[in-house]
Amino acid sequence: MARVVVQEAPFDTAAELARLTAGRTDVGGIGLFLGVVRDAAGGRPITAMTLEHYPGMTERALSAIAAEAEARWPLLGCTLIHRVGRLVPGEPIVLVATASAHRAAALDSCAFLIDWLKTKAPFWKREEFRDGGAAWVAARAEDDAAAARWLAPRRAAAE
Amino acid sequence: MKILYFAWLREKAGTAEEEVAPPASVRTVGDLIAWLSARSPGHAAAFADLSTVRCAVNQDFAGPETPIAPGDEVAFFPPVTGG
Repeated sequence: MARVVVQEAPFDTAAELARLTAGRTDVGGIGLFLGVVRDAAGGRPITAMTLEHYPGMTERALSAIAAEAEARWPLLGCTLIHRVGRLVPGEPIVLVATASAHRAAALDSCAFLIDWLKTKAPFWKREEFRDGGAAWVAARAEDDAAAARWLAPRRAAAE
Repeated sequence: MKILYFAWLREKAGTAEEEVAPPASVRTVGDLIAWLSARSPGHAAAFADLSTVRCAVNQDFAGPETPIAPGDEVAFFPPVTGG
């Protein structure tokens, strides 16, 4: 059962990793993705970004994505934390951590989770620019392509 | 029926949430979009370019053909950009 959290407050990455393996010795590796707010968008400096989300559906979507990862890989633990509200460059925004007996499952499931989260969880970013103004971030085709590469992961194994 | 708007759809529609009672002829998300678009110029602007509008019915992603019924929660928003 994954740990799914949506919060405004910062999270403690070290504490989250400790929690993933607490009380067990069968974990052989943890895959970790830590997303950080970047200080520019397309070369244009930004001073802050605000994350809006759909309370209720967000948790539901994240849990569904985590359940998909747990169905595809032998995970021993899974944590998804996404921050909302106003964040400034340098601040951590999203944490994905997966624990498994071996590294391939941990790393692959971690990559899967962040790719799917970016295209299937209802969050929206609004960037504030240093030169004034603000704009909602448009979805990127590269993110759709990154998510699409996980659509048929079992085909190779089945052939 | 509860309608929710997020991000720039909320800004254009001028509301985050509204309770509506569309006529029985409004059976799908597509019908609902056409009906809502007539409510105000803001609504029309929000739904002007449907290639950038996504939808959820009762918190599951939905499409224009998805059926809707009284009591549903229908949300409209841009393509997601989290992570």
